[in-house]
Amino acid sequence: MDDAANSGISEPLDLVKLSLGERVFIKLRGDRTVTGVLHAYDAHMNVVLSQVEETIHLVDVTEDGNPLPPRVERRNVEMLFVRGDGVILISPTQQ
Amino acid sequence: MLIFSFFKTLTDQVITVELKNDLSITGTLKSVDQFLNIRLDGISVEDPERHPHMLAVKNCFIRGSVVRYVRMAAKSVDTTLLEDATRREAKEAKK
Repeated sequence: MDDAANSGISEPLDLVKLSLGERVFIKLRGDRTVTGVLHAYDAHMNVVLSQVEETIHLVDVTEDGNPLPPRVERRNVEMLFVRGDGVILISPTQQ
Repeated sequence: MLIFSFFKTLTDQVITVELKNDLSITGTLKSVDQFLNIRLDGISVEDPERHPHMLAVKNCFIRGSVVRYVRMAAKSVDTTLLEDATRREAKEAKK
């Protein structure tokens, strides 16, 4: 507990603060994930990222309703704001 | 407040707002408020064939809560300034 207090980590968002300027992985609602360099966040988990790669996980269904193997769609964006209400988790990435 | 100020610095820049219904609207940011409601001028829709009802719309007001992403040019953002402001805001929030 004392250690945590000394390093300035006392609440969950402090972990996000340590990732400022670093690459983070964010899981979003709607089977989407993004990775990018974190530049800003707030208490709503609104975030601003650069050098973003967005991945959308899709499962297509055939005409008779059977699911096909999952596939992913990727997209790159140089600067992106993500609204906090879609965020499920934020995690530092090690590359 | 931080993200609100961030968007205010983007006024008169061209941005693309992606909504939760997958509609993407590109236009000039004219104003933003504390709820991150956005007013766009001179808009165009990314996929007009899928959204023909938007063709006649030249400017619009977007409710903040329906926004998923906002894409913008990297050169319109000072990332170090943004990170410093985020740290400052995080510190303020703790007091």
